[in-house]
Amino acid sequence: MRIAYKTVKFLTIVAITLFTAVSFASESDKKHDVQNDGGRVNTKSEVEAYILHHIKDSHDFSLFSYTSDSGERKHVGFPLPVILWSSEGLVTFMSSAFHHNDDGHVIVEKNGLKFAKIHSKIYELDTDAATVSFDETHHATNAHKTLDFSITKSAFGLIVIGLLMLLWFSKLARQYKTKKVPTGFGRVLEPLVLYVRDEIARPNIGEKHYRRFTGYLLTVFFFIWILNLAGLTPLGFNVTGQLAVTGCLAIFTLVIYTVSGTKGYWMHMIWMPGVPMLIRPVLAIIELAGALIIKPFSLLVRLFANISAGHIVVMSLIAIMFTLKESLGVVGATGLSLVLSFFITLIEVLVAFLQAYIFTMLSALFIGMAVDDHAEAH
Amino acid sequence: MYNLIGAGLIVIGAGIGLGQIGGKAMEGIARQPEATGKIQTAMIIIAALLEGLAFGALFLGK
Amino acid sequence: METLLNDFSPGLFAVSTILLLALIALMVKFAWKPILNSLEERESGIEDALAAAENARKEMQNLQSDNERLIKEARAERDEMMKDARNITDNMIAAAKEDAKEVTATLIEKAQASINQEKQAALAEIKKTVAELSIGIAETVIKKELSNKKDQLALVEGILKDVTLN
Repeated sequence: MRIAYKTVKFLTIVAITLFTAVSFASESDKKHDVQNDGGRVNTKSEVEAYILHHIKDSHDFSLFSYTSDSGERKHVGFPLPVILWSSEGLVTFMSSAFHHNDDGHVIVEKNGLKFAKIHSKIYELDTDAATVSFDETHHATNAHKTLDFSITKSAFGLIVIGLLMLLWFSKLARQYKTKKVPTGFGRVLEPLVLYVRDEIARPNIGEKHYRRFTGYLLTVFFFIWILNLAGLTPLGFNVTGQLAVTGCLAIFTLVIYTVSGTKGYWMHMIWMPGVPMLIRPVLAIIELAGALIIKPFSLLVRLFANISAGHIVVMSLIAIMFTLKESLGVVGATGLSLVLSFFITLIEVLVAFLQAYIFTMLSALFIGMAVDDHAEAH
Repeated sequence: MYNLIGAGLIVIGAGIGLGQIGGKAMEGIARQPEATGKIQTAMIIIAALLEGLAFGALFLGK
Repeated sequence: METLLNDFSPGLFAVSTILLLALIALMVKFAWKPILNSLEERESGIEDALAAAENARKEMQNLQSDNERLIKEARAERDEMMKDARNITDNMIAAAKEDAKEVTATLIEKAQASINQEKQAALAEIKKTVAELSIGIAETVIKKELSNKKDQLALVEGILKDVTLN
């Protein structure tokens, strides 16, 4: 057991080392930027563009980039597979084919089709077009979006964190086979599991039904929390700040409480007893809209907005270093940025937990409302 | 421009609401310290609902 | 709203749905089920142990009160027995005393009777001896007195005098 643990630790360290140093094929390309300073992020608009780019999903995993002495932009990271459902069927290639270009200037030809990446979205060019042409609002005129099933940075992060969770918690589960009280990292995880079960699932769903949903709630809680925290690391994940991911989670909750809703729940929603006949259809519309649209929408938007806002604020505060360099001087701007971003990051650590808690809590609450026996209520 | 004014209004409204929730929760806790856990839970839920509303409005306007 | 929808990627949505479903299924199967089961087992084990301890405590208490009751009973019994024994001894002593009294009384009676008898016998003996002695004395006296006539006549006359007086 101890040897296995050591091995895992060793492999993790090796993997991290490889990730950061060795296996990253350092790629370079000439950045097509206006200032022509080798792609440095200095001005306010560049910072804004950089932050917005970070908030979005990306097709390759880049840890950092720098400009070499020869003015070339070097990117340290690794490419991720691109999987597209184009007009000709499935197309796959590695994202390195785009050479980190994000404004549609690099055209990838595959299976006789041409693809270009514009603002983290992959477009399929029309058959007769050789380059992407834009209209005045910067919309591509001769290309259309494809269905993009790529293992993007977010999907990659999701897989990594999912595997990590599986590793941790299955290890904890295995520990219980041999001893009553877990040791090592399991001792940290056990109170968290108990917390979710006793403070979130049990009081909100009720003693009778909570067991069925605790697995889902635990998964969601740890998934969101760990990914929120991972988003604060310099790895630059923004998985829980992706609408697709939070929407997915919200829809899971919606499906669960819709499917497991009792007769009383639906009765109260569609044909509210004890209310004048004329008001009942109006109430039904409001209740249905609340249950099917507003609840999941608030779930998905809250998580997305909180995490995105957190990322934007932290990065903006870090960017004070560049944007206020002229007025405060190098030391002043750096110090201010350091202090502010430090405190905001501390708050973000709290927010990371809070958002996971609130998402799980509200999911549990909605499920609890659906499975509650309405017989004695009202 | 109007978007920004709307966003400001939303933030003002949400701020007042959150202040009310937090303040009343504090009062409640001060009055009944033994009910702290329950009050906090209810406070967080209501704050989350309000926050969801505010974010929804912000993003609709964006 | 428009930028929001523009940011939304249906592809990532599909990918994350599949991955998350797989993650939830795997976590439930390999982690949460065994963990929650073990936790519940442990909790019920603790509860059982507590209940058992409580029961043991109660039993202990019962035993203690039982013991106390037993001791009290034993003490009472002992007291009773002591009392009985004392009574018995007292009775015995009294009876013995009575017996002894009786025995001594009879003994004394018997002794007295035998003493009386002896006395009678002794008296009779003495009487006999005295009579014999007197007869002997009288014989000798008479023999001596009657050796001369005169004395004989005086004696007869004395005796005759006495007889007439009687």
